[in-house]
Amino acid sequence: MHSSWWLSALLVVPLLGAAGALLVRRTGRAYVVALTSAGVELVLSIVVASMYNPHVPGMGTFDFATRHVLSAPFGLAYDVSLDGISLLMVVLTALVVFVALAGARERRREASFVTWMLLLTSATMGSFLAHDLLEFFIFFEFTLVPCYFIIAQWGGAERARAALKFFVYTFTGSAFLFAGLLYLGFEHQHQSGGALTFAYGALAGTTLTHSASVWLFVAFAVAFAVKAPLWPLHTWSPLTYAEAPTAGSIELSALLAKLGTYGMIRFAVGLFPGALASVRPVVLTLAVISILYGSLVACATPDLKRLIAYSSLAQMGFIMLGVMAGSKIALVGAVLLMFNHGVITIGFFLIIGFLEQRRGTFTIRDLRGLQGPAPVMAALFTVVMLASIGLPGLSGFISEYFILIGAFATHAWWAAVATLGVAGSAAYLLWAYQRVFHGSSDETNAQVPDATNRERWVLVPVVVLVVALGVFPRPIIDRITPSVTQLVAHVEPAGLLK
Amino acid sequence: MATLATLIVLLPLVGFLYVLSSGAHQSERAIGVVATGVVAGSFVAAVAAFFVLIHHASREVTVHLFTWFDVGSLHVSVALLVDPLSVTMCLFVTGISALIHLYSTSYMHAEKDFRKFFLYLNLFVFSMLVLVLANNLVLTFVGWEGVGVCSYWLVSYYFDRDAAASAGKKAFLYNRVGDVGLLYAMFLLFSHLHTLNYLDVFRRVGSLSGSTATLVVLALLLGATGKSAQIPLFNWLPDAMEGPTPVSALIHAATMVTAGVYLLVRMSPVLTLSSSGRLTIAIIGGATAFVAATIATAQKDIKKVLAFSTVSQIGYMVLAVGVGAYGAAIFLMVAHAFFKALLFLGSGSIIHSLHGEQDLRKMGALQRFLPLTYPTFLIGWLAISGVPPFAGFWAKGDVLTNAYSHDKLLWLLGLATAILTAYYMTRLFVLTFRGNERFREVTEGHDPHESPWSMTLPLLVLAVLAVLGGLLDLPWAHGRSLATFLAPTFGYVAPTSALSTLTQWGLAVVDVAAAIIGLAAAMTIWRDRVSSDRYEKTFFEKVWYWDDAYDAMVGRPLTHAATYADRVVEPRVLDGAVAGVAGSVRRSALGLRKVQSGFARHYALAMVLGTAVVVVYLVARVG
Repeated sequence: MHSSWWLSALLVVPLLGAAGALLVRRTGRAYVVALTSAGVELVLSIVVASMYNPHVPGMGTFDFATRHVLSAPFGLAYDVSLDGISLLMVVLTALVVFVALAGARERRREASFVTWMLLLTSATMGSFLAHDLLEFFIFFEFTLVPCYFIIAQWGGAERARAALKFFVYTFTGSAFLFAGLLYLGFEHQHQSGGALTFAYGALAGTTLTHSASVWLFVAFAVAFAVKAPLWPLHTWSPLTYAEAPTAGSIELSALLAKLGTYGMIRFAVGLFPGALASVRPVVLTLAVISILYGSLVACATPDLKRLIAYSSLAQMGFIMLGVMAGSKIALVGAVLLMFNHGVITIGFFLIIGFLEQRRGTFTIRDLRGLQGPAPVMAALFTVVMLASIGLPGLSGFISEYFILIGAFATHAWWAAVATLGVAGSAAYLLWAYQRVFHGSSDETNAQVPDATNRERWVLVPVVVLVVALGVFPRPIIDRITPSVTQLVAHVEPAGLLK
Repeated sequence: MATLATLIVLLPLVGFLYVLSSGAHQSERAIGVVATGVVAGSFVAAVAAFFVLIHHASREVTVHLFTWFDVGSLHVSVALLVDPLSVTMCLFVTGISALIHLYSTSYMHAEKDFRKFFLYLNLFVFSMLVLVLANNLVLTFVGWEGVGVCSYWLVSYYFDRDAAASAGKKAFLYNRVGDVGLLYAMFLLFSHLHTLNYLDVFRRVGSLSGSTATLVVLALLLGATGKSAQIPLFNWLPDAMEGPTPVSALIHAATMVTAGVYLLVRMSPVLTLSSSGRLTIAIIGGATAFVAATIATAQKDIKKVLAFSTVSQIGYMVLAVGVGAYGAAIFLMVAHAFFKALLFLGSGSIIHSLHGEQDLRKMGALQRFLPLTYPTFLIGWLAISGVPPFAGFWAKGDVLTNAYSHDKLLWLLGLATAILTAYYMTRLFVLTFRGNERFREVTEGHDPHESPWSMTLPLLVLAVLAVLGGLLDLPWAHGRSLATFLAPTFGYVAPTSALSTLTQWGLAVVDVAAAIIGLAAAMTIWRDRVSSDRYEKTFFEKVWYWDDAYDAMVGRPLTHAATYADRVVEPRVLDGAVAGVAGSVRRSALGLRKVQSGFARHYALAMVLGTAVVVVYLVARVG
């Protein structure tokens, strides 16, 4: 087993960066400090990913583990470890922050902005590394604070409303999670007779009656379904994504949404397998509705950022379908899609942000014929768009394909309806592309400059990942699969292993 | 063999990467030479592979390149299957592609996006070869989608024209609907057989139940109707004529649109299991062939006539698949690739000489001005009309004979289509080359000029092939022909030999008669007409109102639903419900305001704790 210091370093580096940026204070330098620490974090996460060993004796697929009890009466502990599923999310976290800082700079009160961004990184890292339910909850809640301020201070015209809506929505969802975890902790203490603990491994062994596990699953799932978001708890997301600054939109949809699906896999499914048989039809149905409804509204919405919000709703539906299908292949696909959707969304929001800088609008109707004056921008958008549509050879395909083929073997009807979403994503994205980039440009749009060198460089990692993971996905799949196999074996004893 | 097969696929990819990495300063000449050269190289490799294969002990060689992914029981490799079917496909795909690349170097000369054109074209050839050489359905799907996206780019090549942009999108979306079918087929096969490798599927196919096999066949058929422009998804193809003419010739006539037929033929061992599935295929094919032919009689745009003609000819191929005559389907596919590419490139040459004019009413009397295009087009016309001894006569005859021995009604439908084919092609030919000069306005009084050698050379080569293509499978040489070569690939071969020699001769005479009737009718009607309300029915000209029907039944309802969801459901219903809950919480909070501190955070905390208490209570009670 590797040393847990690696994970502690992942938590601390952004904090150091935040402190450094605050100390420097001067706008330009604070940015350099922040970008450097984000870069170090990214390198660190890649090193950790390459060191990760999925076969640690006694720990299953968890590596880098350590546990220190901080306060026994409250059951509070510092407990971190990493498996194939969280590993991918850790890399995504570091990548998202680095690219968002590099590509979507906020020059107004920059030192505070980058500080919030780095604090957010640390909190998100903590959520993915936590191997203890209470610790997870604390990190999970703490992500709200930086997000709130990023939206409320650097957002668009309706930023105040958006920030409040986001906060109230997710906070209310978390309340259910908090109640659920308290109950689970006390129940476990009651059964085992020892000290209060929220350690993941211990809680997973709690014996629960069927109805208790169903209620707990629902309490957890509400919090995670708000975060993801899943229909019909998504209505905060279009407004919030649209009003947040570009970096904020990227953080929210590329990264924080994954906290919802990750929590669903790790905690809702992982802790309450007894509930699955009862809740599965409901969640699968909500997932399928998310896919179709998201695609439908994305066709009609007049604003590019909202379009990506609804597109994300559909993609989250695919992920939830994979999570709940009870199939190994589908779950591998869901984890892959969490990563791929993150990368693709970075691309979308960055390019839309670049367009907004040039034209001052996100409204589709005001844009036209941009492929003429800005062919490179159009080409970059095309690559991201095709990956999102699920073109084989690009990253989006494999994840979606795994989800559907896996889910089809276990829950054919849901998968069959969800497959229609494959046509849906092509419809709303190609139509948007046609309206924005095709046609002949009017006078204002004809003046739009093409992508600058900086903008091209920022998008290089996105394009490289989209192509590389489409053609050679094995390094990632091989890291996810052992953990997924272990989880599915734990929650699906009834032979749904496929 | 491994090297050859890899070379066939990789050369166009190398060309693509070269063009991609070459900057704007790169000369047209260099790009044209490299892009054409790699495809020609690919053709040479395909020829070599053919000769290696016929002397190979086994007729199935799998070339494993690398493992793509491996999860649970889903093992998918990037591997190539070289067998008679894939080699045949490779030969004509690379051969015709090379000719059309050569043609395009002149046709696209001085276009703004010359580089981009060849970029897409090389990527297209690569994708098409992946499609036909893949050893499993997933990799075929890679090529399948790859050709689709290249088609999207090339159709909307003149993206500043709204019609071109819409046509590209339409092509992609119709294909996407078909893809849902192909995905279903893969899901079904994987659920039941746990593999998607062709050879493994065929080995285990016996364990499929009849009803599952029918579902798989219908799903495959849906995929094929999208890609190969058959009913009910055929009406994207005429719109796709917005693309440059070489693209229409290569993608929308000779190669990509036949991919659906290829897929069905490839999956023939599964088709064998479902007679109702095969019957559906035959009906779809026959109906499409007939419907598209009626539409072609009334189109006024030269490329539109050829487009509907392509739909109709592919209908014949699908019909052949449905009656189990896989060899005939591939024979017609190859022959059609020769003469239809010839006709499209010829029409490109005509359009080129008329400064982009495509309206048949503004042509006429061109035989005097286009000394090479005219005779080659003449051959193409006779070939597609089914006049012996040209390729079309043999290939179409093969399909019709098989249809006759299977089902007389389908044969009659095919025969009626044959008359219509000869009719609309003769109309096209007469309006273009004979009659009065009607183009002076377009050319501003000048004489039209014949195209340069790089455009006429491909015409000559294709004309020779259109004449000699019948040699691939002459009825009396069945022992050493295309069908025999292909036979090991098929799970099932229809018993054609049941027909006596006399009947076969009789059918051949009927075929010739059909061609002559169509020819004569069109000659009589169109010798001194340019347009005619009587013979160009609006119903046919408007494509049987197919687009309007889709618009009314699918397009508009979906648009309304989407707008309604965006304007009403989202803000009022879903958000409203949540806002209602939040509002009632706030109202009760306002009532308690006096006893509370007033900080938003305190409200939030109270909310969390309150909810927590409620949930703990609920859980504790039921637990």
